[in-house]
Amino acid sequence: MDGWAFVGIFVVVGAVLLSVPLILSALLAPRKPNPIKSETYECGMETYGDTRVQFKAQYYVYALMFAIFDIETIFLLPWALAYKDFATIFPLIEMIVFVLILVGGLAYAWRKGALEWL
Amino acid sequence: MIQIPGNDIFIALATWTREIMLSIGLDPAFIEIVMAFIRALLLGTMALLVFMLITWLERKVVARIQDRIGPNLAGPWGLLQPIADGIKAITKEDTTPNGADVTIFNASPIVAGVAALLVYAVIPFGPNPGGECAGAPCGPMAGTEMSIGLFYILAVGAVSLIAVLMAGWSSNNKYALLGSFRAVAELLSYEVPQVLSIAAMVMIAGTMSMTQIVEAQTVPFIFPLFITALVFFISGIAESGRSPFDLVEAESEIVAGYHIEYSGMKFSLFFLGEFVHAFAVCAVVTTVFLNGWQGPVLPPWIWFFIKSFGVFFIMMWIKFTMPRFRIDQLMAFNWKFLVPVSLLNLLVLAVGDTVLKTVGITREASPWVWGMILFAANLVLLFAALWALGRSARKSRLIKRPIVARTDDVKPAPSPVAASN
Amino acid sequence: MTLTHIIFIVFAAITLLSALFCVTTRNMFHAALYLVISLFGVAATFAMLEASFLAAAQLIVYVGAVAILIIFAVMLTRGGAGSLPAERQFNTQAGLAAVVTVVTLFILLRVVPFFNYPVQDAAVPVDILTQLGHALVGDFVLPFEVASVLLLAALIGAIYIARERRKGEVEG
Repeated sequence: MDGWAFVGIFVVVGAVLLSVPLILSALLAPRKPNPIKSETYECGMETYGDTRVQFKAQYYVYALMFAIFDIETIFLLPWALAYKDFATIFPLIEMIVFVLILVGGLAYAWRKGALEWL
Repeated sequence: MIQIPGNDIFIALATWTREIMLSIGLDPAFIEIVMAFIRALLLGTMALLVFMLITWLERKVVARIQDRIGPNLAGPWGLLQPIADGIKAITKEDTTPNGADVTIFNASPIVAGVAALLVYAVIPFGPNPGGECAGAPCGPMAGTEMSIGLFYILAVGAVSLIAVLMAGWSSNNKYALLGSFRAVAELLSYEVPQVLSIAAMVMIAGTMSMTQIVEAQTVPFIFPLFITALVFFISGIAESGRSPFDLVEAESEIVAGYHIEYSGMKFSLFFLGEFVHAFAVCAVVTTVFLNGWQGPVLPPWIWFFIKSFGVFFIMMWIKFTMPRFRIDQLMAFNWKFLVPVSLLNLLVLAVGDTVLKTVGITREASPWVWGMILFAANLVLLFAALWALGRSARKSRLIKRPIVARTDDVKPAPSPVAASN
Repeated sequence: MTLTHIIFIVFAAITLLSALFCVTTRNMFHAALYLVISLFGVAATFAMLEASFLAAAQLIVYVGAVAILIIFAVMLTRGGAGSLPAERQFNTQAGLAAVVTVVTLFILLRVVPFFNYPVQDAAVPVDILTQLGHALVGDFVLPFEVASVLLLAALIGAIYIARERRKGEVEG
């Protein structure tokens, strides 16, 4: 299975290996909960208001731009593997068109201020 | 294939283990599974030992850069300091905040640690000796050989993002949540130049398999892929959350970000994940750009560690020399400099390599000539990019910023002379 | 019942069970995490089918981008952590939806086994990704370019929707 079987085994072994210190800690560490210690941390003050935060739409735009460029790279990778066998110049031109269309998208985002951290 | 002495130790051990199991009478397929478990255990232990060494090394190096000595009390040269730190972390009390989602809260350090460890499954530490080792074909000295090694590394990076979100959300703390959003926004942004530079690497190397990339490097790929190496290295530093990109866990700003509520060993696991990821980036840079395990006299895996620690030293050097970036500077640097540069780099490399191919200079025919011509093209692009950066920086420095009128301007009190008139 | 069968059953069960929990749980963030587990199960299925590239692409795009977008969207509309209000899981059209689901299941179970799916026993060629690359610039160059235009459209659409409203501009 092209190495994924080893990845599965490695996940299991890694999780077990990393749980060992956690289990040791559960055995050896003191456990004295009291209400003050379990309070939510807010630089020493008491929290007020509930834990709703104003979520900026800008985070979504960054995640979406990442998704777009990620999918672009997934298209580029098989092209890159076939690159060394290209006989003519046409595949290169097709890839340049592909990348330039998305560079245009990046330029649009830049001009419209979608890349500013508001 | 020349039998290099160091390689023999691990091959000999593997062959001996296989023979013992065969003599017990186990099924060959079962032997493969047992060998895989042993390899995974060895890789995990190696990663943990490297982590302990790195924590000590980092403290010593930062001390010397800051003109002091660093830990020297626990053992000779402070070498037992990581063990002391580990004992401290294990015996600290483990608090869980009120209202936290306990399963996710406990699971996210392990997910973060495992995601960082998984990169080591495909990194080659030595060559493939060929031939047979007790009935099974010998493989390369790596966890496993994947035909999509580089792509797999990207996939593993995606898993660690989920761990950050889990940690921030399950802490029931608005600062942790904010911190995890900012962290994920930064990590996502810096993955774009990373994936684009991997596309450039695959194009030049012609394969995604890590073992074949090392064997394809008759000229170290840092020459034809100079800008790619720089972009990958910088985005790797940002991905592992180290300074100067460590805004998301800045102790002085949003108080350690998404791992505010973690204490004791769970916090150490996040810390471990960060350092293990940083060393994994160094290992990938060594494998793809610096000839991997190739080197003259010494065994291959020693060369690998020498080169990786050299790259890690550069990472530490950058960390302790530069101040931290603000979040908007971080994002601007990524989207307005690194992404356009890596896209342009891809285009320039594609065009340049095709031109060289038509002239007849290819990687197989005359590697050093090919490498140096592409290196020159990289330098030209780098200077053009830096010139453009300098121009835009000068322009923004020279913009006159308007002086905002003070809102608490006090009107002068009416003079008693005028009022009495 | 070989080992491959057992592993497949385990991963298929993980995928289906987490998909089930995803649509029935009351906590939105838990639903997002169950979705992530389900996507991992799909990636494991791809890996078992010797489609390594698709498995890794599934992890990168779905788990690394789409799941995060979904989690961000959940946070955007619902606010932050703390107890999210429990929603009624079953709406007034549940009966009609159940009928349509059962009918669709029947149709699929009757129709799907009728086709002859070309199944090969040969090994997957080693250079299959290279062949895909050649196909992308050979036979399938038009979908290749149209894909980039599609991505551009998605980018422009999202930026337009998420932009700052200037004062005096009418929404929508």
